[in-house]
Amino acid sequence: MDSQDQKAGEHQQVFRLLNVNGEPHQTGFSVHHSLLEVLREQLNLTGTKHGCELGECGTCTVLIDGQPVLSCLELAAECEGREITTVEGMMDGNDLHPLQEAFADLGAAQCGYCTPGILVTAKALLEENPEPTRDEIVSALAGNLCRCTGYHKILEGIEWAAAKMRGDNDYTPPKEAIYGDPLPGEGDSHA
Amino acid sequence: MLRLPAFQFHAPETAADAARILAEDPANTRVVAGGTDLWPNMKRRHQGAKTIVSLRSIPEMSGICVDDEGGVIIGATTTLDQITRNETVQEKYPTLVKAIASISSPVLRNTGTIGGNLCLDTRCTYYNQNEEWRRSISYCMKAEGEVCWVAPSSPRCWAVSSGDSVPMLCALGAEITLHSTEGERIVPLAELFNDDGMHYLTKRPDEILTRVRIPAPSGERTGWWKLRRRGSIDYGVLSVAVAGWCSGETTDRIEIWLGSVGSTPVRCSESIDHLIGKPLTAETIAEAAALARKGDGANPLGNTDFAPQWRGKMIEKYVDAVLREVAGLPVERLVPHHGS
Amino acid sequence: MHEPLDPSKKQDQRKSPTGRDFNLVGKPFRRVDGRAKVTGQTRFADDLSFPRMVHMKLVRSTVPHARIVDIDLSEAEKMPGVLGFLTGESMPNPFGILPVSQDEHALCVDKVRFVGDPVVAVAALTEEQAYEASLAVKVEYESLETIATVEEAVATPEPRIHDYGDEGNLHKKLSMQFGDTDAGFEEADEIFEDVMYFEGNTHLPMEQHATVALTEEVDRVTVYSSTQTPHYLHRSLTKVLELPASRIRVIACPNGGGFGGKSDPFNHEVCAAKMALKLGRPVKISLSREEVFYCHRGRHPVLMKIRTGVKKDGTLTSQHLQTALDGGAYGSYGVASTYYTGALQTVTYNLPKYRFDSIRAFTNKAPCGPKRGHGTPQPRFAFEVHLDKIAHSLGLDPAEMRMQQLVPADSVTSNWLKVGSMGLGKCIEAVVEGSGWKERHGKLPEGHGLGLACGSYLSGAGLPIYWNHMPQSGVQLQLDRSGGVALFCGETEIGQGSDSVVAAITAEVLGIDLKDIRLCVADTDLTPVDLGSYSSRVTLMAGNAALQAAERARDLVAKGAAKKLEVPANELVFAEGRVFHGENPEVGMTWQEAVIEAESRFGTLGTTGSYIPPRSPGRYRGAGVGPSPAYSYSAAVVETRVDPETGVYRVEHVWMAHDVGQCINPAMVMGQIEGSVYMGLGEAMMEEQVYRRLPKKRSNALVHKHPSMLEYKSPTFADMPGVTSYIIEDPDPNGPFGAKEVGQGPLLPMMPAVANSIFDAVGVRVDQVPIAPHMIRQAIEARDKGKEARFGPKKFPEVDFGTPLRVPTPEEGGDGKAINIEEAGVREGTGTMTERKDAVKGGE
Ligand SMILES: Cc1cc2nc3c(=O)[nH]c(=O)nc-3n(C[C@H](O)[C@H](O)[C@H](O)COP(=O)(O)OP(=O)(O)OC[C@H]3O[C@@H](n4cnc5c(N)ncnc54)[C@H](O)[C@@H]3O)c2cc1C
Ligand code: SF4
Ligand code: FES
Ligand code: FES
Repeated sequence: MDSQDQKAGEHQQVFRLLNVNGEPHQTGFSVHHSLLEVLREQLNLTGTKHGCELGECGTCTVLIDGQPVLSCLELAAECEGREITTVEGMMDGNDLHPLQEAFADLGAAQCGYCTPGILVTAKALLEENPEPTRDEIVSALAGNLCRCTGYHKILEGIEWAAAKMRGDNDYTPPKEAIYGDPLPGEGDSHA
Repeated sequence: MLRLPAFQFHAPETAADAARILAEDPANTRVVAGGTDLWPNMKRRHQGAKTIVSLRSIPEMSGICVDDEGGVIIGATTTLDQITRNETVQEKYPTLVKAIASISSPVLRNTGTIGGNLCLDTRCTYYNQNEEWRRSISYCMKAEGEVCWVAPSSPRCWAVSSGDSVPMLCALGAEITLHSTEGERIVPLAELFNDDGMHYLTKRPDEILTRVRIPAPSGERTGWWKLRRRGSIDYGVLSVAVAGWCSGETTDRIEIWLGSVGSTPVRCSESIDHLIGKPLTAETIAEAAALARKGDGANPLGNTDFAPQWRGKMIEKYVDAVLREVAGLPVERLVPHHGS
Repeated sequence: MHEPLDPSKKQDQRKSPTGRDFNLVGKPFRRVDGRAKVTGQTRFADDLSFPRMVHMKLVRSTVPHARIVDIDLSEAEKMPGVLGFLTGESMPNPFGILPVSQDEHALCVDKVRFVGDPVVAVAALTEEQAYEASLAVKVEYESLETIATVEEAVATPEPRIHDYGDEGNLHKKLSMQFGDTDAGFEEADEIFEDVMYFEGNTHLPMEQHATVALTEEVDRVTVYSSTQTPHYLHRSLTKVLELPASRIRVIACPNGGGFGGKSDPFNHEVCAAKMALKLGRPVKISLSREEVFYCHRGRHPVLMKIRTGVKKDGTLTSQHLQTALDGGAYGSYGVASTYYTGALQTVTYNLPKYRFDSIRAFTNKAPCGPKRGHGTPQPRFAFEVHLDKIAHSLGLDPAEMRMQQLVPADSVTSNWLKVGSMGLGKCIEAVVEGSGWKERHGKLPEGHGLGLACGSYLSGAGLPIYWNHMPQSGVQLQLDRSGGVALFCGETEIGQGSDSVVAAITAEVLGIDLKDIRLCVADTDLTPVDLGSYSSRVTLMAGNAALQAAERARDLVAKGAAKKLEVPANELVFAEGRVFHGENPEVGMTWQEAVIEAESRFGTLGTTGSYIPPRSPGRYRGAGVGPSPAYSYSAAVVETRVDPETGVYRVEHVWMAHDVGQCINPAMVMGQIEGSVYMGLGEAMMEEQVYRRLPKKRSNALVHKHPSMLEYKSPTFADMPGVTSYIIEDPDPNGPFGAKEVGQGPLLPMMPAVANSIFDAVGVRVDQVPIAPHMIRQAIEARDKGKEARFGPKKFPEVDFGTPLRVPTPEEGGDGKAINIEEAGVREGTGTMTERKDAVKGGE
């Protein structure tokens, strides 16, 4: 057993140095607490949401060492020495991450509840694969449910952000993603 | 928020240490690898333990290597994602990669392990429910109750074997290593399973599965298909794995395995016997497929997604499709989703 | 036929005040809450915490129908961290969303009515402790007979689940006849009849409901909650807590999805407030996913019989629709839902004569209520599939046949609904053209099919839920020398973008940047009442209120600036943060300078705006459900592949056109269309809220089959087809800048379009949703055996609907009133509310 561990009442307590968004947090909690509980309730990082706590929805996704992981199924006690990234760690100073920019502009976040999990998952994808195809994006995000958007704005947002991150500033999301398709017979009515 | 009940936690660094802790009180101790099965079950209180032993800090149990005979050894705590990305596995067992890539969702595969997949608890829609829900049905035989609500007059539990890597690994003839304070033993994977939803594993509770070995490929042609409602997240309601060894036109050896249709992975012996010594043609395949429903233990009941009778009928259709795929015949079967 | 109204009354589409192009409206802009939502800063109810906050859990019934014999808290009391309990007798006053069905208790008093009905509330220091204690509470029950279906409810009048309702276990029974339907059927060349079923399904917002309550005084409480209807929650709290409304403050947090599932006042909200008052500390409750399935209020399962008289050319002469709703254990919005299963049949295609009968049964299941489309998707499904069959049988093209029957704009339907702008024709044209319908429908190879269907929805209900003459939406603006504008409005952001809509309308009129508007919304202490985010009412109603408040503010500021600039106020233009002369733009000043002029002249600046919908022409009991200031229209074509050997199918592409009147923000309109397509596909293909009864000999159990995210199937990224969307803009004079709704309408055509596409692909009918592969397969097997090529319900329950309430149609020279109130045994009123005193009393 970890030498730092001690017992308080019936619950085994542990102290861990958690590295969240590049910041060290020395924190103590019961050993059976999930990373989700510790992030939200101990560290007050409520940006990470939850929809089932059983691994069924993807809402609670965070990055651990750059990989998307369900924080509801991860013991915080096992996260010491690993890089944890949550949605709160995506901004650069006061500037939004390109994914955040694109999501905000396209309305890829409607209620915004699935958004933190989807954003970090997309971030991991783009860091590994800067120019993913539509199918690759779908495959990477298939574990994250969204009830509001029908997913299209999210896909378009990720493609837009990917272009920005590759330095392709000429890329704009397809017009029909924003205005709808031109009505048959009207040609491009939004030119 | 659903939370875990309290437990004592250990994270030993060797399999021997893990085995020792486990041996102290096997009835009240559980090992955990990825936790993607155990944690939900514990949150819902249908599995419990006073002590949890995490296998994640044991370096010897993780990783992939090739042995002297060209077989591949996969450590039990290797994640599903690591396996699907591994070039050796991709090259030697492309169909296994397909099977593993269909497990749950991408984010879950980053945590879920192969050992956990093989030892996965059997599933049932009367059992994989919250504590309060199960109270409402006075529980069932598998946990705390007396009756099996799926088949109330039956003396046994029919919960479903659902590990999606299992049928393919069985078809490929994989074997596993079980480790305990008494030492190691190697058994064929197919012998790990028991046709009983409650006592679904033959291994002793004090044994840890440390690795899986898949024999070197020997010219087999393989095929695999999984039927599930959605393109991600969902468990299969039927998976079909085939490995066939042919010389010229004739089938020398063939393995046809079904997953998620009973409490154990199902070997379709009658279909297999029918095909041995014959060429794989549309006709022989159709005949073999018709026999698949009789596979030992195939018994789709009303405890998964989809209508049970229909699932039963689909066995023939999908065995037919996978065999055709293996034989290089055109396949027109549709899956209900787009991606994954 | 429809009564044409005076076309000269139709206002011109409202352009910007000076006739110039819009500043903002119609252009894609970043939602005002966009940044907060992508950074994790949006504070949902469960994200809140306060010093000394404690946690609460509800102990819910584990039996479906029983008398409570005993509650034993002795074990639970001893559990660590436990602080207190509540039981039913501490909150004896019943509540409920509709004045006519005040049938819920914060905690069950003597009886439980479904598995999930709350009985005890437990508070403890941590949620973990509260949960452990909740498991230790022992409740003893005496079981009662259970009712699981409408058929059982009809056959089992006793014991009653509730001691009120129209008869036995029927909560509601109604029958209405608009015009001489018999004569209509006689005119027909052919009469078609179908029985169809729409399974129940649920909202499944990603956010699980949560509430935090705090007290400031012994008799003053603040409740933060994930609610779509803070105002109605406020009323219910007043009633149950027996505190003056002025001492209760409800703040609706942004909802992590609602879809109608957070529109009722809920037990957990009331209990949190009561517990906070008891303990004197902040109390939080956050529901588990399973509990969200018990809160439900989702789509009613509805069995329908539809019978239509048709001429050879496709002209509809008469329709008789019967619906039977499985309401679950409580009233909720059910009476309104019941009317809604018939009310909007008339607003798409001419139905000169129309009869509608309906029952809603109480059953021992989670209560049903309003979900996206509230009550209308079920009959819409029946109607659109029925039409597809009629067209097929008459050898007509389904799209063409619909085009011939369209309700004209500016008309009144046979059931006295006033239709304004009507863009359905354009919607159909767009999807027909876009999908290559003419070349491909009926002509694709076996296994490939196209299906078409349409729909219409309200832009807000014409009447409030309780009887009153006050505004349904209010907006208050406060302007000062900073140039900033504070906007106060009771509307609730549930993801649909309502914050952005009210802000954009205000910014449009004042010509200022969105960032110069500070929003304060959904706070019953601080903001003017808005009835809530339901029935797609916010853009039109809160939008109109914002428009009025902003126009008043603009006029004030114009007066101030005009004096200084020495030009007539009505020639000033407000754009780009400036106020200037239209013809001579250099003559002007900044917006801030103009506000300073106005503040100097008039003192502190503030304006209000409010909205009351126009009165509807219907005057019969039941006429309160259906009217809307404006109807949106949608049409869809769905392309599907079906594997005839397995029944497995996949939707390959969707073309959806929606008449939104006028886009406020096209990107957000697209988001609503795509989201509706998504939810509609889920309903068509896989989503169902269904129950499981154990063998009666062995157990009385009746439980939700699968209250989990895994087993309640919501489509994933990998299940979503491509969508081609067309935004049709047929402005409605009642909408702000002509805008109508978009949040619900585009869902409606999806379910019938999928069913119709399956028919086109394999030639069999599945007359129910969701459509599972085995249903298609069974229909194909039936056909192969020479039986009817169909899967679906066979009969409608035998119900004596008595004499219908007869209402002559406009064409027959009616005046909107019923002519046989006595004979039909119907009371006065709108059908969903009781009397005027409800307005003040909070509903009895
Ligand atoms: C929403 C959801 C969907 C899923 N979908 C699928 C699916 O489609 N297909 C599928 O196959 N699975 C699915 N799973 C199950 C699970 O994620 C995978 O099977 C995964 O591989 C389990 O591995 P794990 O390491 O997380 O297991 P754990 O939860 O760590 O362990 C599972 C069980 O095995 C035991 N165990 C684990 N490792 C060992 C070992 N080395 N020796 C002895 N015993 C051991 C544990 O004690 C436990 O009883 C799903 C799970 C969820 C939550
Ligand atoms: S099969 Fe029967 S005993 Fe086994 S889990 Fe399901 S209901 Fe329980
Ligand atoms: S909260 Fe749903 S997967 Fe973690
Ligand atoms: S934006 Fe609401 S769930 Fe995705």
